Amino acid sequence: MSGGVDSAVAAARAVEAGHDVVGVHLALSANPQAYRSGARGCCTIEDSRDARRAADVIGIPFYIWDMAEEFRADVVENFISEYAAGNTPNPCLRCNEKIKFEAVLNRGIAMGFDAVVTGHYAQLRGSAKAPTLHRAVDHGKDQSYVLAVLTPEQIRHSLFPLGDTPKEEIRKEAERRGLSVANKPDSHDICFIPSGDNAGWLRDRLGVAEGPIVDEEGNRLGTHQGAFTYTIGQRKGLGISQPSDDGRARYVLKIEPVSNTIVVGAHEALAVSTIHGEKLRMCGPTPQGVHRGFAQVRAHGAAIACTYEFVGDALTVLLDEPLHGLATGQAVVVYDEDRVVGSATVTATL
Amino acid sequence: MWCRKLRQESKRANLNDVTVSTYLDHAATTPMSDIARIAMIDELGKIGNASSLHGSGRRARKVVEEAREAIARAIDATPGEIVLTGSGTEANNLAIKGLYWKRVQEDPANNRIISSSIEHHAVMDPIQWLVDHEGAQVTWVSVNERAQLNVDELVAEIERDPKVALVTVMFANNEVGTLQPITRIIEAAHKYGIPVHTDAVQAFGKVPLSFKDLDIDALTISGHKIGGPLGIGALIVKKNLDLTPVLHGGGQERDIRSGTLDTPAIRALGVAAQEAHDHLSERAVRMSALRADLTARVLAEVPDSRSNGDAETLPGISHFTFVGAEGDALLLLLDAQGIESSTGSACSAGVPRPSHVLVAMGMSETEARASLRFSLGFNSISADIDALVSVIGGVVERARRAGQVSKR
Repeated sequence: MSGGVDSAVAAARAVEAGHDVVGVHLALSANPQAYRSGARGCCTIEDSRDARRAADVIGIPFYIWDMAEEFRADVVENFISEYAAGNTPNPCLRCNEKIKFEAVLNRGIAMGFDAVVTGHYAQLRGSAKAPTLHRAVDHGKDQSYVLAVLTPEQIRHSLFPLGDTPKEEIRKEAERRGLSVANKPDSHDICFIPSGDNAGWLRDRLGVAEGPIVDEEGNRLGTHQGAFTYTIGQRKGLGISQPSDDGRARYVLKIEPVSNTIVVGAHEALAVSTIHGEKLRMCGPTPQGVHRGFAQVRAHGAAIACTYEFVGDALTVLLDEPLHGLATGQAVVVYDEDRVVGSATVTATL
Repeated sequence: MWCRKLRQESKRANLNDVTVSTYLDHAATTPMSDIARIAMIDELGKIGNASSLHGSGRRARKVVEEAREAIARAIDATPGEIVLTGSGTEANNLAIKGLYWKRVQEDPANNRIISSSIEHHAVMDPIQWLVDHEGAQVTWVSVNERAQLNVDELVAEIERDPKVALVTVMFANNEVGTLQPITRIIEAAHKYGIPVHTDAVQAFGKVPLSFKDLDIDALTISGHKIGGPLGIGALIVKKNLDLTPVLHGGGQERDIRSGTLDTPAIRALGVAAQEAHDHLSERAVRMSALRADLTARVLAEVPDSRSNGDAETLPGISHFTFVGAEGDALLLLLDAQGIESSTGSACSAGVPRPSHVLVAMGMSETEARASLRFSLGFNSISADIDALVSVIGGVVERARRAGQVSKR
């Protein structure tokens, strides 16, 4: 229970479904901010109080589990090192993979619990023994992308009570249930960067490392303040004074961490039609052979029709239509209609 | 969030239902005695501000003064030495800040405070505030592995530099129960005219306490620890001791503590104090026996466990370390079985931190986190011990398994 409206309603629904529920708030920060307002992230002390209040109203026990050390090591450090390596990580995936559905789930099971319930917008179908993970009914709020890192074992021990309802209905339901968080704004962005200034946060930790911005021919166009503050497909913040030959905008095409160089070019150069991924996380048995489906590369990105194949520990995705701007380190999730097949970490794009 | 599908395993019903629980956290708070509760409810139906001059005020004033006399008798002080406050914490703040400010006003060189490393936050935090904001200096005297103050160290501190504003050491420790060598501390401090305060909220009503015989300068008690209501406490303080007030206002309690007197709570405190005093020895004997039983049986039931504290201890507190288990897991699992206890640690940012008391006793952070406190009250019975013993083995085993699973 984060203190937000989604986890509060999810807890209430789980109780109503007849489960014996205990609410747990994860303390993930060594230094939580006291107040929610002004914090774009999550899990300030005020949030923990909101979660506690929701648990009291629902009538379930409430505890706070300190996962700050695990979170720092598995999520925050990973975030920093991925950027330093020139990749664009997704910490929410890492958190689900390592913290919420691993460290926390394992601890719960050892203590005698059967499952973790969260307020994620996703659906489980199929049997209790072999559930499959699906998009939520509310496609705009669908969070199946960040849950694609779950293994079948983890999915078997999960419940997502909100997936069948649109978000505005959830808020109304929270109000009906007397939950004061009904009108609490959602948290945005990265929970451990409350200011929302990812680049500044990274600069504080990785320092400023000036380097060249070059075009595809290697001509120097400007200077950047640190390769890690840029992402593939980025257009803003390049600080290039001279316009391009054709007057069109330039985009970050490549980030080379070793030489600390950023390569920029035209929008077309960002086009990606083939995606290679490794470090597979399958939500069910790995399909053999070539299949049609959908690929999604951002948490709230579009689902692009594609052909995909898993071979060994690698995934190849051929997009019907190119997408523009895909960084290594991002996650590509493959769907069969609205069912999550699995995910991979992008290693190469063409 | 979690669920457990086997509903029947958990005895903890919905919060809104009537729960059957085994309450073993009396050190946190203890039920109001029947007669104190009846007295308070009776008084709640009446009107009167004890400071008013008319008939209703006089009636309320009479109730307050009678309660004051009862408290004075119970602690062997005079009524004029009782300053009623809103809590034990408030009384501690009044004693520490009030004495410090007065002493420093008399002589700015007297800016040292000597205390112990095992005080409750209601003593530690006011002292730390004075250090951070008022230029005070503090010496936290160490304790041994049984949480007994190293008195020689305290005496040496005073001898080294007697320019001390005050000495404050708790009468007995709230986490492990150890009684502190207060008489030696008073002796050492009075040699140089240094006032001594003690936080006796856990000790009052459990062990014999005579304010007069101790010759101590200030002593804190709390209503809800002795079968009285929440929201009331008292500072027992020698009449000749000047204190700077913390609360200024209408001038109640001889200008020392302003604020309308809570007549119903005060009446109940008087009743509870008297009752605790009258039944002290018989309760202490009964609680000690239950405590001994609890300690022995838990140690027998759980391998690799040990009990903490000293033989010279409060009769109701039994504190354990269960190596390899996390206190918060133990608490949750016991709570699910309806057994209510405490890790005794304060919450920082909502997350339990290892107790500074246990660390001061020499425990590692891991051991400190693996600790649990059970505390008995005047209405504890042997069935409570039976209930705890019947589940503690399984609970510790599960918590240990969960502890192995966590990377920490």
